[in-house]
Amino acid sequence: MKTTDDKLDGFKLINRDGGESVSFQRQYLLICAIMVLLMMIYMVRLWQLQVLQGELYRYQSENNRIRMEEIAAPRGIIFDRNGVPIVENRPAYHLVIIREDITDLDGTIRELARLCERNPDEFFSIIEANKSSPKFVPLRLASDLDRDCLARVEAQRIRLPGVEIELEPKREYKWNATAAHLIGYLSEITEAEIKSEKYRGYYPGEDIGKVGIESAFEKYLHGSRGGRQLEVDAAGRRVRLLEEHLPISGRNLWLTLDMELQKTAEALLEDKTGAIVAVDPTDGAVLAFACSPSFDQEKFVRGLNKDEWLALSKDPSHPLLNRGSGAAYPPGSTYKPFVALAALKEGAINAASNFTCPGYLQFGDRKYRCWKDHGHGSVNVERALIESCDVFFYQTGLKLGVDRLAQNVTAFGLGERTGIGLQGEHPGLIPTSLWKKQATGVPWQKGETISISIGQGFDLVTPLQMAMAYSAIANNGKLWQPYVVKRIEGSSANEIDEISPRLKRKISIEQPWFDLVKKGLAGVVEEPRGTGHLIRNPFVQIAGKTGTAQVVHVAQGANRKLLEKLTNSKDRDHAWFVGYAPASDARICVAAIVEHGGHGASVAAPMVQKVILAYLKNTEKPLKE
Amino acid sequence: MMDRRLIENFDWSIIWALLAIICIGLLSIYSALYTQIQARPTNNLFIRQILWLVLGFVVMGCSLFVNYQRLRSLSPWLYGFVLLLLMVVLAIGKEVHGSKRWLELGGFQFQPSEFMKVVIVIQLAGYFSSQEVTNFPGIKKLFLPLSLVVLPVLLVLAEPDLGTAISLMAIATTMIFFVGVRWKYIAALALTVIPLILPVWEHVLKPYQKRRVLILLSPDLDPLGAGYHIRQSKIAIGSGMLWGKGFLNGTQNKLHFLPEKHTDFIFSVWAEEWGFVGCAVLILLFCLLIFLTLRVAARSRDRFGSLVVVGMSALILWQAFINIGMVIGVLPVVGITLPFVSYGGSSLVTLCLAIGLIARHALSCNRIDRKCKYA
Repeated sequence: MKTTDDKLDGFKLINRDGGESVSFQRQYLLICAIMVLLMMIYMVRLWQLQVLQGELYRYQSENNRIRMEEIAAPRGIIFDRNGVPIVENRPAYHLVIIREDITDLDGTIRELARLCERNPDEFFSIIEANKSSPKFVPLRLASDLDRDCLARVEAQRIRLPGVEIELEPKREYKWNATAAHLIGYLSEITEAEIKSEKYRGYYPGEDIGKVGIESAFEKYLHGSRGGRQLEVDAAGRRVRLLEEHLPISGRNLWLTLDMELQKTAEALLEDKTGAIVAVDPTDGAVLAFACSPSFDQEKFVRGLNKDEWLALSKDPSHPLLNRGSGAAYPPGSTYKPFVALAALKEGAINAASNFTCPGYLQFGDRKYRCWKDHGHGSVNVERALIESCDVFFYQTGLKLGVDRLAQNVTAFGLGERTGIGLQGEHPGLIPTSLWKKQATGVPWQKGETISISIGQGFDLVTPLQMAMAYSAIANNGKLWQPYVVKRIEGSSANEIDEISPRLKRKISIEQPWFDLVKKGLAGVVEEPRGTGHLIRNPFVQIAGKTGTAQVVHVAQGANRKLLEKLTNSKDRDHAWFVGYAPASDARICVAAIVEHGGHGASVAAPMVQKVILAYLKNTEKPLKE
Repeated sequence: MMDRRLIENFDWSIIWALLAIICIGLLSIYSALYTQIQARPTNNLFIRQILWLVLGFVVMGCSLFVNYQRLRSLSPWLYGFVLLLLMVVLAIGKEVHGSKRWLELGGFQFQPSEFMKVVIVIQLAGYFSSQEVTNFPGIKKLFLPLSLVVLPVLLVLAEPDLGTAISLMAIATTMIFFVGVRWKYIAALALTVIPLILPVWEHVLKPYQKRRVLILLSPDLDPLGAGYHIRQSKIAIGSGMLWGKGFLNGTQNKLHFLPEKHTDFIFSVWAEEWGFVGCAVLILLFCLLIFLTLRVAARSRDRFGSLVVVGMSALILWQAFINIGMVIGVLPVVGITLPFVSYGGSSLVTLCLAIGLIARHALSCNRIDRKCKYA
C-alpha cells in the first residue's frame, strides 16, 4: 500500500534523502473534505438556530429574563427516644437586594436602613465589598430580621423594586445548651471545606455540622438544596415559574437519648464541672450524656463574633470540652473491679485469697497507704471491693504484673475509643511496660504497678468508657459499642433505617468470676460497711463502685484526711461513681465524675442514684425490706 | 537569512486570515468583559489578553528564526521537560474549580498542558520522519509514538482536563493518519474500542462528564444545572438572528446569563452580536487558515517539516471545530477554547508559536527548492 502517484508530479514529495518518494496529497484532500463537511454541518445548525428559530430565541432573550433562585433544604430534625423534638428548624428572614433592578440605589438603601433601624453605612459597606460580583446576583444586607422590621419592609416592598425577603430555615435548639456536647452545633462552611471531597455539592454560605451528632450525621441531616428558574419582569418581579426542583429535606434522627433523664442529669451537675453518662447495658444505647459546664448552641446559630469565640474557647472551665467522651481522667477505685476480674481470670488470686491490710504496703523504701489509716485487716476479693481496700489491690496488682493486667483490662474497652462516632473522642490510656519504654524511654518500675492497680498513675479513662465497661460486667462480658442514633428517618415510609446495636466483643472470663465481682459491687451499696452504702434505697438494688481519683500527688506518709481540709478546691480529688441497676438484671448503667468534687461516695454516688431512680421510677416497686 | 523574494513568495493570506480571527477575538472579549472593563479600565482581562497577544507576536517572530534541524534534535529534551512540568502541576499546581492546571511564575499563570500540544507535534514529527519509519508503519513502529501520546494524556486527565486530553489525542491521530494507517489496524482498533465504550462510560467518566453527554442528548434533563449553560448559549446564538444585535448590544451576554463567556463560550458572544453572517465569516476564516497551513505541508519536500505543519494545523482545526460544536450544541461541553478568540494566555502564546513554526517552514521550503512554489 504505497501512495506514490506519478501523475501528481508537481505535488510529489521526496523525503530528506531524496530516496523514497512520498506524498501527503491524498491525506491533505481527505482532511480538507472532512473540514468542509464539518463546516457545512455547523452552517446548517447555525442557520437553524439563528434564522429558522431566530425569532423565538430573540423573543426569549428580550422578553424573558430568567433568574435562578436557590431553595435551601430544611435540615433533618433530631428527636429523643420518645419522639420529643430536641432540634428543629425555624424560618429566618433575610433582607436581600438585587442591584440590577434598583433604579435609585442610594435612596433605596437609606429607606431600608430607616425601616430596619440600622446605620445606612453598614449596608453601603456590604455593597462596596461585593462591588465586583454580578449585579443580578442577590446580595444579603441583613440576616435574621426581627418581626417588626420584617413587617415594615414587607409593607413598603411594593414601592421598592429589587428588594426581596429571603426565607431560610434556621436551626433551633429547643432546649438550648442541653446535651449540647452530644448534639453539637452548626457553622458556615469554610472555603477550604467547600473544596474538600467530603462537602462536594455544597454551596458557599451553607451551614454544616461542626461537632457532635450534627457533624457525625451531617450527610443524613443536610439534605440537598433545590432551585427554581423564574421568569422576571423588568423590575425583577417574578412573572412565571419555569422550572422548579424542590429541595430534598435532610433525614430526621431518632436518638437513644431520654430527654427527661438528660435534664435530670444536667440539673445534678449544675454549678459543678464533670460528666454523667448513662447507657443501656443490654445494647449500648446512650440514655443520657451530660457534660458540665455547657455552652449556648443558639449563639452558634446566630454566628459568633471573634470576641465571643475567644471568650468561649479561652474560658478556664472549658465549656466546649466534651467531658463525656473527649476528656480522660484517672479512674481511681472504680478501676478495682477490672483488676479483680483480671487477677481471677489469670489465676493470680481466687475467691478465697486473703491479704492482710495494716493500712499501708511497704514496698522497697516506700510506704503505699490504704485510704483507711488503720487498715482493713484480713480481706478477700469480695470484701476488698466492698470496702475498697487499696492494699489488697496493691498486692493483687504486683502478683499479676502490669502487662497481664493491661491485657485483660483493655478487653473491657478501656484504653481504646468506644466508637460512639463523635469527633475528638479520647482513647484513654492503659499503660503497658512496652508503652512506657516507647513513650518515656524509661523502663517500667514495679512501684508504678502498685499505683495503676488502684486506678492511679498512668491510668486514664473517659466516663463513657467506664459506663460501657461496667455494662460489660453487669451483662456478664458483652462489650457493646455505644450508639446514640437508633433510627434515621426519611420523608417516606420506606426510607427508615433502624440502627442495630453492635457487639464489640465477648470478654472471655468465666461466669463464676463475674458473679463474684458483681456480688462485691452489690455489696458496696448493700452492706453497712460498703463505701457506697449512702445511696441504698428501698426501690431498687444498685451495684457500683466509688472512686476518688487523686489529682495532686500526696507525699508518702502524709495524713490524707488532714490534707484534704487544707488543700484548695483545684487540688481536690475527682469524685467518681459508676454503677448499674437493678443489680441482678441491669437495665441502666451510669458513670458520673465531678472534677475536684472530693469523695466519690458523698458527691458522685448520689448523682448516679438519682439518675437511676429517675429512669426506673415508673417500673420499680419498693423492694421488700 | 531570508531574502526579499522569499518574503514576497510567502503566502501572506495565512497572516491576513489570522489577523482577522484575532480581531474577532478581541471584539468578542471586549464585549464579554464590558462591565469589568467599565469598572476597572486599567486592570482587566481585556488588557491582559492584549499583553499576552504582544507576547504571542514576539514568540511568533522569534519562531521565524528557528532552525528545524536543531528543533528536531532538541525535541526529546523539550518533550521531557514539558512532561516534567505536567507532573509538577499535579504536585504543586494551583487549584481552580477543582482541577489543577496552572503553574504560577512571577505573578503570571500558565498551563503546561498547552505547551504540550506543540511539543508533542514536534516529537511525533521527529519520530515519523526518522529513517527507519516508513509510511504505513507496522505495529512495532507505532508503539513508541503511541506511548509518547498516552503519557501526557494520562497526566492531563489526572488534572483533570478532559478538553486538553482530547486535543492531544486528536492532534496525534491526525499526524498518524498523515503518515498512513493500515486498514487492518483501523479495523482492529474499532473492534477493541467499541466493546470498551460501555465499561469506560460506567467506570472511567466522572459523573459530571456523563451528565454533560446525557444533557447534550436531552438538554431538558437538567434545565437548572448543566442544561442551563446549553440553553443560555443557544438563546444567545439564536437571538443573534441573521445580522446580529450589533457590537456591545448582546443582552444575554450583558446579563451574565452566559457561563464562561470570555473563554469557552466566546463564540456565543460573537454569534449574539454579529448574527449568522458573523458566524459564517468566522467559520470560513478558520477553514481558510487551516486550508492554507495544510497546503504548506502538502507541498513541502521536508518530511519532518511538513509533519510539524500538519500537527500545528490539526491543533487549530480540532480545537476550533470542537469548541464551536459544543457551543452550538452538537458536541458535549468538554472545556476546549476557541483558538485565537477565547481569553487565555498560555493558549494564545502556544497558538502563535504554532503559526510561527508553520510560517518558518513555508519560508524555508521556498529557499531550499524554488520549484516548491505556491500556486
